[in-house]
Amino acid sequence: MASATLRSSLRLPRLLTRTHCRTFSSSPCVRSVGSLRNFTDEENMLRDAVRRFATDIVGPKVREMDEKEHMDPSIITGLFEQGLMGIETSEEHGGAGGSFTSAIIAIEELAKVDPSVSVLCDVHNTLVNTIFRKYATEEQKQKWLPQLSESRLASFCLSEAGSGSDAFALATRATKDGDDWLINGTKMWITNSYEAEIFLIFANIDPSKGYKGITCFVATKDMGIEIMKKEQKLGIRASSTCSLNFDNLRVPKENVIGGEGKGYKIAIEILNEGRIGIAAQMLGLAQGAFDKAVPYTYQRTQFGQPVGTFQGMQFQIASAAVELETARLLTYNAARLKEEGRSFTKEAAMAKYWASQVAQKVSGSAIEWAGGLGYTRETGIEKFWRDSKIGAIYEGTSNIQLQTIAKFIQKEYS
Amino acid sequence: MRPSAIRLLNILVPVKRAVDYSVKIRVNPQQTGVDLNVKHSMNPFDEIAVEEAVRLRERHKDQVKSIKAVTIGPPKAVETLRSALAMGADSSIHVEIAENAPAPEPLAVAKTLREIIKRQNEGVDVVILGKQAIDDDLGVTGQMLAGLLGWSQATFASKVEIDPAKKEALVTREIDGGSEEVRCRLPVIITTDLRLNEPRYASLPNIMKAKKKPVEKLTPADLGIDYTPQLETLKVTEPPKRVGGSKVTNVDELVAKLKEAGITAA
Repeated sequence: MASATLRSSLRLPRLLTRTHCRTFSSSPCVRSVGSLRNFTDEENMLRDAVRRFATDIVGPKVREMDEKEHMDPSIITGLFEQGLMGIETSEEHGGAGGSFTSAIIAIEELAKVDPSVSVLCDVHNTLVNTIFRKYATEEQKQKWLPQLSESRLASFCLSEAGSGSDAFALATRATKDGDDWLINGTKMWITNSYEAEIFLIFANIDPSKGYKGITCFVATKDMGIEIMKKEQKLGIRASSTCSLNFDNLRVPKENVIGGEGKGYKIAIEILNEGRIGIAAQMLGLAQGAFDKAVPYTYQRTQFGQPVGTFQGMQFQIASAAVELETARLLTYNAARLKEEGRSFTKEAAMAKYWASQVAQKVSGSAIEWAGGLGYTRETGIEKFWRDSKIGAIYEGTSNIQLQTIAKFIQKEYS
Repeated sequence: MRPSAIRLLNILVPVKRAVDYSVKIRVNPQQTGVDLNVKHSMNPFDEIAVEEAVRLRERHKDQVKSIKAVTIGPPKAVETLRSALAMGADSSIHVEIAENAPAPEPLAVAKTLREIIKRQNEGVDVVILGKQAIDDDLGVTGQMLAGLLGWSQATFASKVEIDPAKKEALVTREIDGGSEEVRCRLPVIITTDLRLNEPRYASLPNIMKAKKKPVEKLTPADLGIDYTPQLETLKVTEPPKRVGGSKVTNVDELVAKLKEAGITAA
């Protein structure tokens, strides 16, 4: 239909000039046109600071943490000290008052050195902190945000053995007992859970209402959360992934976040943003692998020349660089769209899906470019490839991302 | 009798925006200098200076009244000041020069600093700066400043202790023969050496706070100083490429080779 296509074309983003903006666009006006290489002074300074922290403090410990499948507590302390665990949290609540892109930058820079450390920072900031900032009452913010910014690590507990992609088929129940709630059930695949003290738990208070009964609760470990089996994984081994058990876990009613039955909405919205965080982690991972392998190819000589100067290698390296750039642009564009208050769900899904694919490809190539050395654990290149696989699985599998994108397209075109 | 009032310390930290230490330097085609289209950051010795000032405040608390950073450079040099502010300086001064203007020579820098110091109403008690900048490695600014002001100086510091009550500084200096301890009367110029401290990483809350700290803008004309270069660089070339060595089988062969190369006396 001609009118439908005309209407839908008006909804497409427009190139706006500095001096005026088209008023019949439904999205907010953008005041300036610039490349995605534009960052504020604070964002640039943060990138430098995190890069140095990652290289100097995290770098020397990466291999040991991976081999031992254990996150060094001094790294967690270091992240808190650098103010990296309350990036977007307002200053009055103990945070740094930074932009969303600042969080993305920190996650990317950490991932260049260790994707395990990066995901720890990502989950804490983009999932847990943001839930408090957006859905908690002022009283709850004053109670929890300072702790989250200063010293206590958090976990986001949604998935269960029987509910991953089908998240809202979760079986954990919360039943009212006087003024408290009693939570019963188990969660699985929970990041940070071995070291965390604060847990956001999604449980259903009224299964007859289906997903509309899902509610978000905050609990601390000492309330009686049982940390069970720690998974032995292919990659991001230093990031703890455990099952949790709640046996009549008593939680006071003031620990309900966002209101009863609002858990579904909270989880859906938060995972949207979290997607951009994972995209940043995958982007950093891919870049880290690239940065480790490529210089080596210009040093290693065979048949009288550096292997990186053979045309075949040049084409592979250039191709990987193109893919890195695409992942970078998708990620930063999604981040800026979100900051502008514009719709970003489709773009976030695209960024996460694509960045995880690029991470797999580029890290795999990086191993091959470094040949036998790339295959040894000592050089740290193979670790990126092992770490990258999770990108296609957690915070929404690649198939789920594609389905999300397809739904948008269907809506636009039919 | 009551002791005389302890004067609170005002610390000035000059910092320089220089080519980043990790950059692979290339000489420019005209052979007049190096390619400057590369990453720049605060001179590492100046970072050590800022860190030392912040540590003095951590040690002496309220006795350190102010830490002021100052830089001379193009508009972009304000980033260097922001880094200093993020590390803990309270305020800063940017003496701005044109984007492509030649960098001021040490004597001009020293004269600028002297003028700035004169204009500080509250005075300056300690000036801490890097021993040298890693781009030109000249290593004379601190000493020239001390000469112009007639102040005490303690260069290549590996340890600094200040006694605000006695108005003294006790500085351990790294010299060719080892270390030397000097006791100086305040006001003092101190230049930092590598082992003085390890600079902190600017934490994100401090980076955000740095936004609100003041940056005073000045020009060389405001201070009445002429930046016309007194030195002319004739030529810059890369050092000769390393040629491979060779192995010798015994001492006689070694001596023969050394004689051949003209390295022995006989």
